Amino acid sequence: MGRDFSVILSLFFKASSLQKKRAILTVAAIAWGTVAILMLLAFGEGLRNQMIKARRGMGENIAVWWSGETSKVWQGLPEGRRIRARLDDLDYLRAKMPSSTGIVGEMTSWQTTLTWGMSTITGRVTGANWQYGEMRHHYPQPGGRFFNANDERDKKRVIFLGNRLAEDIFGDVNPVGEILQVSSVPYLVIGVLQPKLQMGTYKGPDSKGAVIPITTFSAQWSRQWLHNVVFKVGRPEDMPMARDQFAQALSAKYRFDPEDEQVTGLWDTAEGGKTLANEMRSFQIFLGVIGALTLLVGGIGVANIMYAVVKEKTREIGVQMAIGAHSSWITGPFVLQGMTYTLLGGAFGLVIAIVLVLLFQMVPVEGNDALEFLGKPTLNVEIAMATAALLGFIGILAGYFPARRAASVDPAETLRYE
Amino acid sequence: MNWPLKKKTNGDGNSNGHIIEMIGTTKVYDTGKIKVEALKGIDLVVEKGEFVAIVGPSGSGKSTLLNLVGCLDTPTGGAYMLGGEAVAGLDRDQLADVRNRRVGFVFQNFNLLPQLTALENVEMPMLFGGVSRRERRRRAMEHLEKVGLGDRVEHRPTELSGGQMQRVAIARALAMEPDIILADEPTGNLDTGSGSDVMSLLSELWGQGRTLVVVTHDKTLAQRAGRLVEIRDGVVVTDQRAVA
Repeated sequence: MGRDFSVILSLFFKASSLQKKRAILTVAAIAWGTVAILMLLAFGEGLRNQMIKARRGMGENIAVWWSGETSKVWQGLPEGRRIRARLDDLDYLRAKMPSSTGIVGEMTSWQTTLTWGMSTITGRVTGANWQYGEMRHHYPQPGGRFFNANDERDKKRVIFLGNRLAEDIFGDVNPVGEILQVSSVPYLVIGVLQPKLQMGTYKGPDSKGAVIPITTFSAQWSRQWLHNVVFKVGRPEDMPMARDQFAQALSAKYRFDPEDEQVTGLWDTAEGGKTLANEMRSFQIFLGVIGALTLLVGGIGVANIMYAVVKEKTREIGVQMAIGAHSSWITGPFVLQGMTYTLLGGAFGLVIAIVLVLLFQMVPVEGNDALEFLGKPTLNVEIAMATAALLGFIGILAGYFPARRAASVDPAETLRYE
Repeated sequence: MNWPLKKKTNGDGNSNGHIIEMIGTTKVYDTGKIKVEALKGIDLVVEKGEFVAIVGPSGSGKSTLLNLVGCLDTPTGGAYMLGGEAVAGLDRDQLADVRNRRVGFVFQNFNLLPQLTALENVEMPMLFGGVSRRERRRRAMEHLEKVGLGDRVEHRPTELSGGQMQRVAIARALAMEPDIILADEPTGNLDTGSGSDVMSLLSELWGQGRTLVVVTHDKTLAQRAGRLVEIRDGVVVTDQRAVA
């Protein structure tokens, strides 16, 4: 085996190279195919990263529940009863749902008058528990904060603003420390949301709303019932268990069928995340297939040229066979040649793709919604490995078939003098 | 890789000293529609140290016979022993090994590899024969000097004359110290002067005790041989030894 290889290598290095023009065209075809597949995969990866980031904008591994009406008769109780959780149910749910790592309630007031100086707008105000900040990714810009457990306990009139909402009211002024009238009650602005990419929303984007402690909300609007209950799990796998515990706990308290989807139905982002991941994976595969086909065309080009070389060299191949070359010593150099051109083209393609990706990454995307979602093309090791493997495979095929033709040369036939 | 033929016998190892032994050898080309019987039963024995010229008109089966002798092709019927070894039933690579070790080819149109130098051309069979790089170089130099081209080793075929190319080809044929030199019209493409140089070289090799089989139309060359075999319609019609 070692000897075979050394013979093949010697022959490979002795073999006359292709005509320059042919070699350049072949390498260019492969380079083009490589650029195509790498760019497609890089954009796919950028989009995927952006989608995942956007999905996380609302929070990770959370489920959102709305109040609902029963659709089934249960223990002598009729259907059509409205089931709403109350503020004091939250501690009960926390006790009954060990699989969950956090449970918060939400109360919402939609058309609320917000006034600062001469500027008045109407906006959405949500009352929530202090854990909401972390669970729903309400991260403050530098200089501000989300409200904490003390604010909640003391029913402090503090407000956290979405960044767009803050702009609408305050313009260029820094809102933190300002007093904002919420339905004529003064609140201290303590923080503004960091701009974030958010794909899912259940009452409008977080950037357009304001959040206050749920106890403060309850006091100002004299309300006990919750619009939403949001709970979180540590890992997506824990979500089915937590959902089950939620349905059991709530149905036991309000006496309805725990199987009643009309009441227990909720928005499970862990499940949605799985769907999104699958969708993005299929999309990437789709892009990869298109790229692979482009690359395959380049490979066919290589094979074509190798066939021409085999044809031109038929007599030389016959001579080598006559003086004692084994079949593999004939085929080996051709396979190596096909590989060399393919890998050379692949290397050029990789360099070009890296340059293109770097150029694209210099284009600013912030502020442009379409570009922001497209994200930035990203090359990673997996993409490079997959492309390299495909190149190797195509290179072997591009060399192998012409080489097989070479090995089938009949020396007695080719050496006959005409 | 196994090397079943490696120096099992070294040509004259068998007692009778027959290099070529053909008994009722036939070759039929089956093209599917028609069968062409190129050789209809050849009986031919060549001893070590003979110089045999094979003559005959075009289409008589000379080339087919030469292909069989050189193991470029295998017979359809009858027996063929080269250096005491049966050739039937060997696969492509084994046949390649037999050619490499036992046969040195010289062709009418030289068939040198154009991109290689004279030296590299002579080294080629030794590369296939597993000779070490240093030994290859030494032996190739030696053979090129023997054929009078010691000063042309770095020339490529295109930089050599026809006679010089044929001498490189002869050096290449000698590289593996084969049992037999097979030449197919070795002077066919040469002018009279170079042709006679090549003939002298072949005679000289014969004088050194080598075995040569030459297919030729060239009467001058045929007369130099020690034995004249005439083929017609796939059979040997005359076989005569020159009177010493």
